[in-house]
Amino acid sequence: MSRPLSGMKVVGKPRRRVDARAKVTGQTRFADDLVLPRMLHCKLLRSPHPHARIRRIDARAALSMPGVKLVLTGADLPIPYGILPVSQDEHALCLSRVRFVGDPVAAVVAVDEITAFEALDEIQVDYEVLPTIADPLEALATPEPKIQPYGEGNVHKKVALEFGDVDAAMAGADHVFEDIFFYQGNTHLAIEQHAAVGAVDPDGKLTLWSSTQTPHYVHRALARVLQIPAAHIRVIAMPNGGGFGGKSDPFNHEIVVAKAALVLGRPVKTCLNREEVFYCHRGRHPVTMKLKTGVKSDGSIVAMDLQTLLDGGAYGSYGVASTFYTGALQTVTYQVPRYRFRGCRTFTNKPPCGPKRGHGTPQPRFAQEIQLDKIAAVLRLDPARLRQSQLAKPHSLTANYMRLGTISLSECIDRVVEGSDWKNRYGKLPFGHGIGIACSSYLCGAGLPIYWNTLPHSGVQLQLDRSGRVTAFCGAAEIGQGSDDVLANLVAEVLGVDPFDIRLVTGDTDLGPVDLGSYSSRVTLMMGHAAIQAAERARDLIAQAVSAKLEVPVARLVFADRRVFDAQDPARGVSFAEAVQVGEAMHGTLGTTGSYRPPESAAKYKGGGVGPSPAYSYSACVVEVQVQPETGWVEVEKVWIAHDIGRALNPVLARGQVEGSIYMALGEALMEEMDYRRLPRHLSAALVHKFPSMLEYKSPTTLEMPEVITYLVEDPDDAGPYGAKEVGQGPLLPVMPALANALYDAVGIRVDEVPITPEKILRALGDRTAHRCGPKSFPFIEWPEPLRVPPPWEGGDGKAQNEGPRRRREGAIVAPDVAQPGLSPHPSTPEGRREKSDETSPAPELPEVLR
Amino acid sequence: MMRCHRFRYESPATLREACARMTDAGGEAMLLAGGTDLVPNMKRRQQVPPTIISLRRIPELRETRITDGRIWIGAMTTLASLTTNPDVRNRHPALFKAAAQVATPHLRNMGTLGGNLCLDTRCNYYDQNYEWRKAINFCMKKEGEICWVAPGSPRCWAVSSTDTAPALMALGAQVEVAGVDGERCLPVSELYREDGIEYLSKKRDEILTRVLLPVPVAGEFSTYWKLRRRGSFDFPVLSVAAWIRRDGDGIVEAARLVLGSIASRPLLAPASSILVGSALSEEVIQAVAEEASSLARPLDNTDFSLGWRKKSAHHLIQGALRELRGDNPRELGPIARRAAELVPVF
Repeated sequence: MSRPLSGMKVVGKPRRRVDARAKVTGQTRFADDLVLPRMLHCKLLRSPHPHARIRRIDARAALSMPGVKLVLTGADLPIPYGILPVSQDEHALCLSRVRFVGDPVAAVVAVDEITAFEALDEIQVDYEVLPTIADPLEALATPEPKIQPYGEGNVHKKVALEFGDVDAAMAGADHVFEDIFFYQGNTHLAIEQHAAVGAVDPDGKLTLWSSTQTPHYVHRALARVLQIPAAHIRVIAMPNGGGFGGKSDPFNHEIVVAKAALVLGRPVKTCLNREEVFYCHRGRHPVTMKLKTGVKSDGSIVAMDLQTLLDGGAYGSYGVASTFYTGALQTVTYQVPRYRFRGCRTFTNKPPCGPKRGHGTPQPRFAQEIQLDKIAAVLRLDPARLRQSQLAKPHSLTANYMRLGTISLSECIDRVVEGSDWKNRYGKLPFGHGIGIACSSYLCGAGLPIYWNTLPHSGVQLQLDRSGRVTAFCGAAEIGQGSDDVLANLVAEVLGVDPFDIRLVTGDTDLGPVDLGSYSSRVTLMMGHAAIQAAERARDLIAQAVSAKLEVPVARLVFADRRVFDAQDPARGVSFAEAVQVGEAMHGTLGTTGSYRPPESAAKYKGGGVGPSPAYSYSACVVEVQVQPETGWVEVEKVWIAHDIGRALNPVLARGQVEGSIYMALGEALMEEMDYRRLPRHLSAALVHKFPSMLEYKSPTTLEMPEVITYLVEDPDDAGPYGAKEVGQGPLLPVMPALANALYDAVGIRVDEVPITPEKILRALGDRTAHRCGPKSFPFIEWPEPLRVPPPWEGGDGKAQNEGPRRRREGAIVAPDVAQPGLSPHPSTPEGRREKSDETSPAPELPEVLR
Repeated sequence: MMRCHRFRYESPATLREACARMTDAGGEAMLLAGGTDLVPNMKRRQQVPPTIISLRRIPELRETRITDGRIWIGAMTTLASLTTNPDVRNRHPALFKAAAQVATPHLRNMGTLGGNLCLDTRCNYYDQNYEWRKAINFCMKKEGEICWVAPGSPRCWAVSSTDTAPALMALGAQVEVAGVDGERCLPVSELYREDGIEYLSKKRDEILTRVLLPVPVAGEFSTYWKLRRRGSFDFPVLSVAAWIRRDGDGIVEAARLVLGSIASRPLLAPASSILVGSALSEEVIQAVAEEASSLARPLDNTDFSLGWRKKSAHHLIQGALRELRGDNPRELGPIARRAAELVPVF
């Protein structure tokens, strides 16, 4: 029954995605499209202060307004939550402290949006304004007041890892390069603003519809905060109008509408406005980096030493993982025999940063790829050759114990070098014109879940009936990336039907098996395996019955073209519907399941939980620019990108992801920034986002989009479903450094930070000595003693030499979520595992609330 | 989503009635044309008029006609229809290019010429929603007392961001305004005041009804360059409108150079004395750019940094003049392609 890959009917064929019709005809229902009978509307009152203590909330005037049904404050939802078990530091509504402009303080529920909005102004909040921290330097220098009760002063997390003796290797290097880079923060800018509707079902159970990438994690947070058994809560992830990581935390507005629905017994909806979406943020961390690399005279790396300093914003979010990610994948692209990584995340009075496409890895990738370009320039090597000569080895372990599978990066480089006519054009274009190259790698799903458990990461359930109908159930959330299409694609391939024949029920925690969510590029690989397993089990049941009916051995049966037939005599067969009927007759009602859990990681040291993945994708990119030296204006003329995708399940979708990545990457490279401003201190304590609007947060339009030449390089990886690897995030990574390197080729300057604006280009052109614009220093950070893990080729076993015995549960940065929803008592302070486990913060003094 | 405040909506059928209603409202009412500026401003609570008087039912405001070779354009003419008007396109390219570069195709379908001329001035500290402005403590343009751009300043420094006004000023156009006492005509340059709050010289109850373009003459050339981050959506951070008339030998007989988005009103640059009598040589262009760019004293009130905007002014002025001389803007470098971009118009 197995079919060689060449015989595939669905996989690899460019197709219209299964949800395209609904989307292009405007019929897809997003969360904000939901309208339920007797539905009320909710608005959040947000802090106007960047840092303040709440003394008193007087909601009496608001509650007396006609049409206002409810005012909630922090005291109504006292249990903290947060995406990571180690950072349970958020409250749906601030308890006693606001930490950034936009932190929610109260919620109004009213008959319509305008009434709720008007009532916000009637809530009187008395604040005691506190000093503010605007950036990591201030955070390092200002331990008090602490923005969060945990951490060390305003340092959230410090990590230090060393794989082999880096200093000794540096001492033996022919050249040591040391550079400092800054990667500005930016946000996801999904076109759909977050929206959520909470409702109590007639039987008293709670349903939440939301624009979320992670319905399973929202489910857990609701159970925890609302103190309801998880089995009594249903979370439905509506199709998202874009996610990019910005909808992968449980959010305050989701918890608030659920709570309000429970209190009022009526459906309650909120749809955030664009400014509020900027305040939800969870986007790219601003990161300052110091990268020191020792190389031999041929440019090959002997050791790398990386320090990163992250501006985390006011809350933990995914920040601990983000911090590790600024170091974890530096070893996956090129051979790095010895490696030291030290990372530090600080709290600041700004919206929290978190995961955005590429999560923590575009920043150090930017640094490394520009530095490689500098190395090539100094050593007079061709930048493409320099990279190609020291690529990581397929099917090997890296210095930090990432287990690599297939790597087609060399072919990717060949493709873009050939496509861009690199050999005849690099270094040879007229002044003002240039091309640059960069490479990257990314993971295909995080090897560990957010909370420690030994359960599957993804499950798929199939139900078939005598009509020939196949329904696939899965918890995965369709966020525009095409996960529904992947599910239909794989099930259809195995069962020999058309993807449009499959009915899909996804993103619903009541109806489908758990999938951890649409983050870390995990869905195609993990859900894909689960889907194939479920479909193969169904196929086996049906084949057994058809074999009996046709008197053909199972091994000779082929499932294709909506038929089941004898491979040796194709005329001898039955339709798929008949096949299901005989299957149902033989086995009873047909239903199967499949599930997937990634293989055990080789990284056994603390912190080794971030980075391992079943497979890694690779990209190479060449960017061509034209720069106007008089003004610094830069135009991106063309982009060539090759992506090692393993196998493209649907090439149309894959190309869309690549082009979308280029578009997003160019925004990060050239204009997007989460910029904040203070006003003159003697006049105002304000610390606000410079321009939280889609008009002035500059992101490219179609008119800025250059021609893109995409090459999908297919070398199936055994770890992926039919060999498939990710494509949703990886292709973003090489674009920013390739663009920066193109500027060097065009006008001989280095802009060591993004966004690369005309102002910065002019500054670099005006710098007569270094021809550079970028950060000049990296602050002194008191690093902890690194965990020492000898690399595999130095006799290491993946464990740290100087780490005490560790309990199983601490095997990763993800700690157990000890709270059993509905069963255990909940403290009113963050209860996640802390750096110092004996550290407890005093219960916050709750403000007086008048209603 | 953000909702507008509650207001009273009226849509008179005649100009006379509209004028009367505006006067009755005693300066409290605001006029609604395309709504692309006013409606978002209402959502952000920058403007909260208790009464909105819509001009959509007044047919004469949509009329465009040519009398004695002069084009009269009704104030309610949409920017999109301006760009498809061959008379405008061929005779007054500066106006065509300005209209074609306003915002986006969707907004040009709604937005009107009159609305663009009366566009509210803009500022980084003002074009924010209610909560944001509350968080910094409101500025003097709305509800507050301070100008955050220049905290010691007694006046508001919000920026004139209209694309069509600099073009019309360069072309020497006039506008007609109507009030209860009748109509009057004034040069476009006199419609504006150098104040971010009271940026229009017309009375609050007067209605801008028509734009009157002069008769084009032989040897006339005009253009409009708009600097902005992106090729769509964005308001100008600097614009250059230029008009010249040359004799048969290519000698400039008359010229007007207008800079937009550098002040609370479009500014006429001191250029004609240098330009007139010249053949638009490179030296003359340099001299004009030097002289005119000194007008640009940018503040922290638009996109881009101040220093860079100042530097680019010089470059943009040169580019516009070179185009009038006959150079192809597409060959003047990337910034020229952006600033002089002829957006495909449908």
